[in-house]
Amino acid sequence: MQKIGVFVCWCGSNIAATVDVKKVADVLRLEPGVVISENYQYMCSENGQALIRNAIKEHGLTGVVVCSCSPRMHEATFRKTCESAGLNPYMVEIANIREQCSWIHKDIEEATEKAIVLGRSAIAKLKLNAPLTAGESAVIKRALVIGGGIAGIQSALDIAEAGYEVDIVETSPTIGGNMAKLDKTFPTLDCAACILTPKMVDCAQNEKIDIMTFSEIESVKGFVGNFKVQIRRKARFVDEKKCTGCGVCMQKCPSKKGLNDFNMGLNKRPAIYIPFAQAIPNVAIIDPEQCLKLKNGKCGLCAMNCQVNAIDYTQKDEIIEREYGAIVVATGYKPISLENFNEFGYSSYPDVVTSLELERLMNAAGPTDGHLVRPSDHKEPKVITFIQCVGSRDTSGCGKPYCSKICCMYTAKHAMLIREKYPNTEVHVFYIDVRTPGKNYDEFFRRAVEQYGVDYIKGMVGKVYEENGKLMVQGSDLINNEQVVIPSDLVVLAAAIEPNPSVRNIATMVTASIDTNNFLTEAHAKLRPVESPTAGIFLSGVCQGPKDIPETVSQASACAAKVVGLLSKDKLKCNACVSHSDEMLCTGCSVCANVCPYGAITYVDKEFRIGGGKTETRRVASVNEAVCQGCGACTVACPSGAMDLKGFSNKQIMAEVDAICKR
Amino acid sequence: MQEINNAKKPLIVAFCCNWCSYAGADLAGSSRLSYPAEVKIIRVPCSCRVNPMFVLKAFQRGADGVILCGCHPGDCHYTTGNYYTRRRMSLLFSMLDYLGIERERTRVEWVSAAEGAKFSAVMNDFASKVASLGENKRLEDLRCKE
Amino acid sequence: MQRIESMMIEKAKALLSSGEVNRVLGWKKGELGFDVEPCVFTSEDSLKDFVYNAFCGANLSKYLVGETKKEGKILVFLKPCDSYSFNQLIKEHRINKDNVYTVGVECQGKVDNSKLKENGIEIVDGVVETVEEVTIKANGKDYAFKKDEIVLGKCSVCEKKLLSYDEVISINEKRTPSIDRFEMVKKLESMTADERYAFWKDQLSNCIRCNACRNVCPACTCTKCVFDNDNSGIASKANSDSFEEKMFHIIRAFHVAGRCTDCGECSRVCPQHIPLHLLNRKFISDINRLYGEYQAGEDTESKGPLTNFTKGDAEPSEVFGGNN
Repeated sequence: MQKIGVFVCWCGSNIAATVDVKKVADVLRLEPGVVISENYQYMCSENGQALIRNAIKEHGLTGVVVCSCSPRMHEATFRKTCESAGLNPYMVEIANIREQCSWIHKDIEEATEKAIVLGRSAIAKLKLNAPLTAGESAVIKRALVIGGGIAGIQSALDIAEAGYEVDIVETSPTIGGNMAKLDKTFPTLDCAACILTPKMVDCAQNEKIDIMTFSEIESVKGFVGNFKVQIRRKARFVDEKKCTGCGVCMQKCPSKKGLNDFNMGLNKRPAIYIPFAQAIPNVAIIDPEQCLKLKNGKCGLCAMNCQVNAIDYTQKDEIIEREYGAIVVATGYKPISLENFNEFGYSSYPDVVTSLELERLMNAAGPTDGHLVRPSDHKEPKVITFIQCVGSRDTSGCGKPYCSKICCMYTAKHAMLIREKYPNTEVHVFYIDVRTPGKNYDEFFRRAVEQYGVDYIKGMVGKVYEENGKLMVQGSDLINNEQVVIPSDLVVLAAAIEPNPSVRNIATMVTASIDTNNFLTEAHAKLRPVESPTAGIFLSGVCQGPKDIPETVSQASACAAKVVGLLSKDKLKCNACVSHSDEMLCTGCSVCANVCPYGAITYVDKEFRIGGGKTETRRVASVNEAVCQGCGACTVACPSGAMDLKGFSNKQIMAEVDAICKR
Repeated sequence: MQEINNAKKPLIVAFCCNWCSYAGADLAGSSRLSYPAEVKIIRVPCSCRVNPMFVLKAFQRGADGVILCGCHPGDCHYTTGNYYTRRRMSLLFSMLDYLGIERERTRVEWVSAAEGAKFSAVMNDFASKVASLGENKRLEDLRCKE
Repeated sequence: MQRIESMMIEKAKALLSSGEVNRVLGWKKGELGFDVEPCVFTSEDSLKDFVYNAFCGANLSKYLVGETKKEGKILVFLKPCDSYSFNQLIKEHRINKDNVYTVGVECQGKVDNSKLKENGIEIVDGVVETVEEVTIKANGKDYAFKKDEIVLGKCSVCEKKLLSYDEVISINEKRTPSIDRFEMVKKLESMTADERYAFWKDQLSNCIRCNACRNVCPACTCTKCVFDNDNSGIASKANSDSFEEKMFHIIRAFHVAGRCTDCGECSRVCPQHIPLHLLNRKFISDINRLYGEYQAGEDTESKGPLTNFTKGDAEPSEVFGGNN
């Protein structure tokens, strides 16, 4: 005999304002099998949970239905509550009467009626629930960090610091990411290299950290605690172990016409190169598109001049396989392409540059050794105009609908640095809004305006055109309500940032969800911001949403804490809602194994009694519960109905259908 | 107009995968984006858990429309589940159409966890299309409609 | 054809006497001449009732599911359509390949027994067959038919080859079909939804749920059918409402979708003459159109269309063929 307890939550007024919670409890009390039906202001509160615990003990409940918020919110909470009162945690069902009822309906009668149906449906399902016990699986105590920017570096360092091995896989030839390209950082104006490169060196020297640069993720299999990852180590044509980074090859290389990616293509580099002086690993790499030896077999100067015989023209991509317990995605960002913004003349005029290009132009290690000159004629600009929100907060479809978050602050930084170093330079900034939430951020911005006399103009720029050797920036000044044209020598565009395009592919491989802007989705926007909804996948840095450096580092460390929390466990509880095969029905046809994404199904020959003292051997499916993730693909593929899913059985779902359709 | 208002409201069963579409429905809720109360959601781990039998069962029990929502192809939490769903439901719906059942009574939509607005829009649209078809007569089980 | 029959009997006797096989799965004469039925022959002597003629429409492959579990090897004769079912069953591990000796036999189309009655034939005294014609002796005279006038619907459109066999007994080239096998599916698709509904309502209302279609189907080899399983949630054994037959036939067709070889047995055995193959063929036609040509049973390894996918598959909203 089932004894079901129904607990209807008000969620303050969130539910109670639209749903007559008392009526819901009263009506559901009449359902067969229900022995107690209560309502309470906050079921998830300690008092609410106590109400449930006491009812379980007092009435000997065999199952609990909570009519409350989404099960994605508090199913785990109420399962724990019941478990602590001695009830199997899987004897709990949640009727979602907040997100899917009270919040979307206005009419009390209608919402109450729906809440009752949802409650009945949960009761109908619960009646067919069976107590479930989760299996266990071992955790591989090693983490993978995808991306070697500041986010990946910080996560890796923290994980290694806690004593776990961690691999960084980075697509470019060095770690450091975008931050390595920056000159100074807001709001303290310390130089990026001064604070980043020591961390890069720490990574290289930490024996727990293995850095794989110029490498890509090829495939990811497995599940939390047990990922199998194939990594493509792309051929760099230089033996990483032998190369000392002396740089002689770079001097000898006759093919010096390659665009220097690190300097945003503002100058040239040889075919064999080290991306920048503090690169980690400090090892050369050959660009096969540019190398004369690799292209037509003639040259070989670098090999001839290499003292340690590190050059290997025959090197091939290599695929290695490693196992990990957790994966951190830290793939970062790139500025958007400006092809949709021809009005700003980026592709027509060399002296229209992006902010990241400006960073290189101002960086002492950059193409101009830190002298701010125009790319076109190497003259010092006298009037510089910044345009903010290029492609950010853009709902026209040309750019991105979101705020890129970092541009207001770095533009203030650029303006301030320029005014400090070149006090005779005029600096104008066109902005929509200036957003400076952050510790010491607004003070920083006000200094730019008040102390450094940067001219901020509220308004959008219509176009940039050339006239008499000047770049004419035409925009509106909303405060003075007039059109302005500013003849400038250099125009700097604060281009929106977008997730690194590789993240889509990686998200697919690790089955992490992604939003419409290609940012990875967190498990919960507020409460689980560094985890992906996919267990064992963690999010670090801008891949999750626009962030500046302090935020990125905080998130990277938070992410590391989550990884360490996972790796510190010896065993993980498996999903209890797994598939199982009814051996009496199974015909061994193999259809289920064909659709299983995890390879969780194998076949065994088993003997069965067939009556008359006889037995027969039949081939039947067997599910590895540690591997099964409970998607249910096999249950539908199975023609004989032998496969069923615990917690979401055919009968349970049909009981829900029945309850919902009963009029 | 009077007639339409008095007409029996359609009953719609929506199967939503736990990871994307159910979360999308939650987001529609937390964003207060309404859709008709006739839409009742059943949570399944993945759209590929939805057996064609469930769809038929819903019609048998008096549903006027059945909609399946899952992660966008390529974004399935279980990697490939929705690809199977796509084939299964394509064939099932095409078969129902072949038997003369109205096409607008069945639908598959991919709704991500971030698409609360889409979820609401889809449900509004589906509910109104089903409502305009009237009661499900062609796939009914009279015993369930008493 | 008579020569083929004697070659088959010879083969069967030889294999039985050599001990290579201990049973023979073939067709047995009936009382009325046309009522041939599948039979397991266990001795050379019993083969006197063995027959292979224009009435041997029954697909033998399904019997192997049970027969190959038994002790010793069994000889089976497979017509082209049977050989596809055989392959599919091998793929699904339903037949123990080691316990069967397969001989592929030529087929030029089998007689649709329901057409005999239409022509006033109650008892058949003999049959002579050429590639293009069938002559039936009955009522003291000869009835000559062109093949397409008398054979089963599935035979008029048959494009199947002899696929899996240890050896083959075949003399004549197979006749090429004159009719497109999807003609009727296309015709239905081109009707309006109302017309289609009327067509199927009319057809399916004849269903008496005798389960003959299910029992004969070589793809329906479940230990226990979902319709007999109280735990499946859809168990039902009788038609107490028009919904039941729709449910039954849709689910049955869906369960064999991608596995159905289009052998046509369901329609052949239906006592109510419901064109059940048109449901299966709709799935086959959709599969071919949407996911590329696929013939179940053509091989023993490939993934079926419902256990496979491509990232660019059509969306359910855009798959409807034909009229609305």
